Amino acid sequence: MNPFAYDFMRTAYEAAAVVAVMSGAAGYFLVLRRQSFAGHALGHVGFAGATLALLLGLPALPGLIAATVAGGVLMGALGERLAERDVGIGMVLALALGFGILFLGLFAGSAAQATALLFGNVLGVDRVTLAALLVTGAVCLAALAAMSRPLLFASLQPDLAEAHGVRLRPLGMAFLGVVGLAVAGAAQVVGVLLVFALLVGPAAAAQRFTPRIGRGFLLCVALAMVQAFGGVTLAFYSDWPASFCITLLAAGCYGAALVKPRQAVLF
Amino acid sequence: MIAAELSGVSLGFGGRVVLAGVNIALGAGEFVGLLGPNGSGKTTLLRALLGVHTPLSGRIEIFGTAARPGHKDVGYLPQLGAAVHPPVTGRDLLAASWHGAAWGLPRLGNDGRAAVAAALGAVDAVSLADRPIGALSGGERQRVLVAQALLGQPRLLLLDEPLASLDPRNQAAVVRMLRGLQQRLGLTVLCSAHDLNVLLPAVDRVLYVGAGQAVLGAVDEVVTAPVLSRLYGGPIDVVRAEGRVFVVPADRAA
Repeated sequence: MNPFAYDFMRTAYEAAAVVAVMSGAAGYFLVLRRQSFAGHALGHVGFAGATLALLLGLPALPGLIAATVAGGVLMGALGERLAERDVGIGMVLALALGFGILFLGLFAGSAAQATALLFGNVLGVDRVTLAALLVTGAVCLAALAAMSRPLLFASLQPDLAEAHGVRLRPLGMAFLGVVGLAVAGAAQVVGVLLVFALLVGPAAAAQRFTPRIGRGFLLCVALAMVQAFGGVTLAFYSDWPASFCITLLAAGCYGAALVKPRQAVLF
Repeated sequence: MIAAELSGVSLGFGGRVVLAGVNIALGAGEFVGLLGPNGSGKTTLLRALLGVHTPLSGRIEIFGTAARPGHKDVGYLPQLGAAVHPPVTGRDLLAASWHGAAWGLPRLGNDGRAAVAAALGAVDAVSLADRPIGALSGGERQRVLVAQALLGQPRLLLLDEPLASLDPRNQAAVVRMLRGLQQRLGLTVLCSAHDLNVLLPAVDRVLYVGAGQAVLGAVDEVVTAPVLSRLYGGPIDVVRAEGRVFVVPADRAA
């Protein structure tokens, strides 16, 4: 049984590849900045946006992207007052999920639609969605490349970066906007509830495996690829949900990084 | 030559004035200790010299040009506080700060590599640079971070509590290293600290801040009961013993 013999599987692999690259790349900085919880919350904000779009008779994906990007920029604007405070973020997350349920209730949507948004449906990605993911991924990576130098500096040493002329607030807004794009992409694969697995899992593991920045970044993207491809493949052969398979691999990678001897540097 | 000059500078935020009408000049090549009670504005003063904190009034010049973020003559070591150390090597930390405010992809290049190596060499930290910064001892870590402050060959070093969270032996070692660097490279150093005594072997003058004022002068002129009582806003005794200076409340019952 060859997964590549099926159109839907080829599309699923392509979608997984695009999403793995952008969530791996954005996730590396997200974890370095200790904003993983903010990234997680953006998924929930996206759920509210997607369900509102459905309620208004629009496709879910544009609503999802608009909400995650706007939510990211807003969180960045609030800066330390919100983006690094777990209680504030937790309230936003809960409220967003609540609104999502409200919109879904008013729209009288099917349980299948809710499940696809919440837990993803990578095997059901169509060509239109794939094209949208390609555009989203290109914008996400281009923006990240343009800001990566000051972003790296500001993520490692914000006070010093500010003294060198990095404007932390606008940079933080732009970055969380880019994270919003990655979250929207990842939600197409694993759903809004499980974006943590693709966004944070590979980066957290990579940063435990190597203290070198360049290698850690490449390893992070590679791990995201392995998780996404491996998860889709495992789902094909096992008939388990792809989102479960991806989260399983993400947890496995992170677990391996945890049990690695403390001083052992692999790269 | 004057390294840093504050003319009629008032600093504050949120409607609170921290320092008012400060007029001081740090001479080039001086090692100045920055002291004062908690919350007296030491960090705010350093941030104003960096151009990160805009004064309420007055003018700050660094080697004759206005203080601004990214001033080429200024090196900075921020206060660590409760900072968690990023999971990267010292060498990568320095590399990430090399022209770190420029847009685009992080690139070091040959000149950057040479600058990083020179800065690490200046503080004898080459052998520490390839270990994760969090795996270093406090004293080793400060050496790497001082190397980072030296990147780009600044003439004025602003050091915010570089001795905090070090044991006394490491504090003395860091102070010796800073004094050695300052004399060898002809640097001007403004270094804040909690305890004057660890800085005593290094300082040419002290800048004491408190009660909204700043007083710059030799240790014997500034660290006196009348001056410190004014700055601390209460009676203070200065006790000198065995070459050390102790600042204590004058009221023994307190």
